[in-house]
Amino acid sequence: MEKDIWEWLKEVPDPEIPVLSIIDLGIVREVHCESQTGTAKIAITPTYSGCPAMVVIGEEIRATMKRHGVDDLVLETVLFPAWTTDWMSEDAKERLRAYGVAPPVRLVKIAGLEAGQPLAGVNSDDRSGFVACPQCGSIRTEVISRYGSTPCKALYKCKSCLEPFDAFKCH
Amino acid sequence: MQNNQSLFEYVLRLGDSCLILSQRLGEWCGHGPILEEDIALTNFALDLLGHARFWLSYAAELEGAGRDEDQLAFLRDSGEFRNLLLVEQENGDFAETIARQFYFDVWHLAMLDMLRNSTDGRARAIAEKAAKEVRYHLQRSTDWVIRLGDGTAESKRRMQSAIDSLWMYTGEMFEMDAIDYEMLSHGVGVDLSIVRERWMEHVSKVLDQATLTLPASTWMQRGGKQGVHTERLGYLLSEMQTMQRNYPGLQW
Repeated sequence: MEKDIWEWLKEVPDPEIPVLSIIDLGIVREVHCESQTGTAKIAITPTYSGCPAMVVIGEEIRATMKRHGVDDLVLETVLFPAWTTDWMSEDAKERLRAYGVAPPVRLVKIAGLEAGQPLAGVNSDDRSGFVACPQCGSIRTEVISRYGSTPCKALYKCKSCLEPFDAFKCH
Repeated sequence: MQNNQSLFEYVLRLGDSCLILSQRLGEWCGHGPILEEDIALTNFALDLLGHARFWLSYAAELEGAGRDEDQLAFLRDSGEFRNLLLVEQENGDFAETIARQFYFDVWHLAMLDMLRNSTDGRARAIAEKAAKEVRYHLQRSTDWVIRLGDGTAESKRRMQSAIDSLWMYTGEMFEMDAIDYEMLSHGVGVDLSIVRERWMEHVSKVLDQATLTLPASTWMQRGGKQGVHTERLGYLLSEMQTMQRNYPGLQW
């Protein structure tokens, strides 16, 4: 039963990026079925804290489960461990690229605050030269805005083919 | 075992600061100086609203009085809010918004970073989640302070003026009161003197890089955490709460 639910959850798309399912995004953290009562418990974690898509995703999960005959459903939100783009599969990243959105790129070292480190280590987040254009593949790209059409994306421009594009932020 | 009432207050303070700053930033929607900044400011607002919801839901559970996050947000008066005075200050020009954000982000990230080691599991989980987003906020507000400070004569004048005028609201961010001490003694809360050290280190370094002058010490305003606010909060609340006040229980 739990295996079936994991499969069915692949039918639930991200409302903003329909080429990805919520499984691709890695936001489903746990599926558990009570053998006694038959209650199904699904735990999901938000991508970004204020992401408005979470409400729609919750409704979609309920509707999808109902379609497969799961009526007794408890939907839980868990915050820990915090969601990261590292949970996105390689296959999902490829589909993202084909859809026109540059997939997240993890830099070797990210300027940022780690426990015990001074805040002064935090400065720029310019990933120009690391994010490849999803249209032509060039890495001659530059960030236009760190914030884009959704909390999880930033706006870039390709200096080779001149196309602007969305890039999934590394998170 | 710590007192739930104190933990409620402690969590409420964190939630209220996020909520009020989120509302202020939301006022920029459609008014940003350029489209990208309009989007960025409202994205900040959204992240902070998310954090506010985590904290306020937790506060409501701790209180156990049957209130939920919405009632805490929409049905309290100014004197019941526990946010920092800094975040209720008006948007002003873009430099003032950036200065407010910069001061807050440095404090916020240092707080969250230390709360990641809290003995309270829920606080730890929220801090871990929020810190990832706030790190991104701080990168941007830092970049803007440098860009405007080390920019044209006009942008520098405005940035310095904003840095100076909001300085008096930074003192209370590091003042420990009975609740802070109690939470610290239980390993739930953080030592604000350490937060202050880390804050000063980053702020001084960035202002220096931005060719701006660190404001001289001055009289510091206080009271936000205890519910004593500037007049500006009342106006903000009257707008934010208008629907629930006029149509109690209204649902979208």
